[in-house]
Amino acid sequence: MAYTSVRDLLNACKTSGIPMDEMILRSDLGESGLTEEESRAEMRRLWKVMTETSRNYRAEDRSASGFAGGDAAKVEKAAAAGMLYSSGYYAEVISEALKTAECNACMKRIVAAPTAGSCGVLPAVLLPLWRAGAFEEESICRALYVAAGFGQIVASRATLAGAEGGCQAEVGAASAMAAAALVYLKGGTAEACAEAFALALTNLEGLVCDPVAGLVELPCIKRNVIGAVNAVSAADMALAGVAGHIPADEVIDAMAEVGAAMSADLRETGIGGLAGTPTGQAIREIVTMAGDNE
Amino acid sequence: MRLFDVLGPVMTGPSSSHTAGAVRIGLTARKLLGEQPAQAEILLHGSFAATGRGHGTDKALVAGLLGMQPDDENIPRSFTLARQAGMLFTVGTINLRGAHPNTALLRLRGADGHKLEVMGSSIGGGRINICKIDGITTNFGADHDTLIVHNLDTPGHVSAVTTCLSEHHINIATMQLYRSAAGGYAVMVLECDQPIPAEIVEELRRMPGIVKVTSLNL
Repeated sequence: MAYTSVRDLLNACKTSGIPMDEMILRSDLGESGLTEEESRAEMRRLWKVMTETSRNYRAEDRSASGFAGGDAAKVEKAAAAGMLYSSGYYAEVISEALKTAECNACMKRIVAAPTAGSCGVLPAVLLPLWRAGAFEEESICRALYVAAGFGQIVASRATLAGAEGGCQAEVGAASAMAAAALVYLKGGTAEACAEAFALALTNLEGLVCDPVAGLVELPCIKRNVIGAVNAVSAADMALAGVAGHIPADEVIDAMAEVGAAMSADLRETGIGGLAGTPTGQAIREIVTMAGDNE
Repeated sequence: MRLFDVLGPVMTGPSSSHTAGAVRIGLTARKLLGEQPAQAEILLHGSFAATGRGHGTDKALVAGLLGMQPDDENIPRSFTLARQAGMLFTVGTINLRGAHPNTALLRLRGADGHKLEVMGSSIGGGRINICKIDGITTNFGADHDTLIVHNLDTPGHVSAVTTCLSEHHINIATMQLYRSAAGGYAVMVLECDQPIPAEIVEELRRMPGIVKVTSLNL
């Protein structure tokens, strides 16, 4: 059975001495009916798709609405020209988050992680490290188990659906999962992973889901960037020993409570927030009219 | 939630509900028809109608009717591929009172002229609900092998169908009964743990009072 609390997961690792990725993998075998080999093969397949999505990015691709595409290439170009504040890893995290999220909007193949709308966060923080040769595929896949295990706990205590919990449940959860994965990759303790997870989720608490015209484009694509950058800063804080003081499980419960308190207008209905602005509504008109013409 | 439901599925974007779920509705409708439709009328309701084009819901439904899975990279080209495959289709909108916001109504015709109307909703994370077949409530998730029997609303049909399944050693996971009106048409939806062989479908079709038998094998 999947873990339903971070505390149980940490205790299980501590008492058994089994590494966290292994504990999470084992907890799923009964439920999924997969063997360990099948599970590891599936994780390698997901990682392969993440690498392929990034590789298949084309700067000239546009979504059906015409509002998504080309932004990752702009960041890459500007970073290469030394025009930006960020460089190296950070600049790549930004462009990779845009890349995968833009690919999603342009109907390319992605891995929902945990959702399609938040699919750019995990690849964004992992791909640059892997490409630079900092970590092998095997270590990345172990870190992905850690990310998935924390995601399962969010699913059980709260939700991973924007329609139920707002963007904090999608990009927020993805960011927290990625933060835990980053700490694990760097050899951090299980406690530090949980701390990074809690810090990342804390910092995106309250984020609403307000897609313009109801599409997974505005602001979803750029929100993948904040999810990815937030994951890196939360992981760095946790690795440095910074504490958030509210335990991970309680942060998840708070996220669930905040999501339930959100107006339905702010939960993937495309009514409130940015979707409700004059420009948001004008874009909806354009997109809908384009549909009528076809 | 299982691990690979949190990380995964691999899918063609942009939306698990509006794209991946729509592919599954199309694919399930194709399997229920038993073949690739010669003609398909696709009608979008609610959020599918409002945001369907931007989400590629129309292309996703056509892709499903062509037999594609949600991670197929050809989904964006499904209109062209349908024309090449000789599948005629139209896409329009409809207002289905009381239906889930992400719902499509598919009116299909097979090569020999037999017809099937499937109403399906995409209920989140790529999961779907086949709400109606030929206008009668069905409500199944298309994640089990499923047998759907339309019969006259007279006594004895449930026992005849379940006896037939038991004789073929097929275990029933869930069973639902619906009817359009007392004494009219009734529908049995049986989700099973084993695939439903063609001979069962044929056997049931020959039984008196049975109007239509449809099966879905995954």
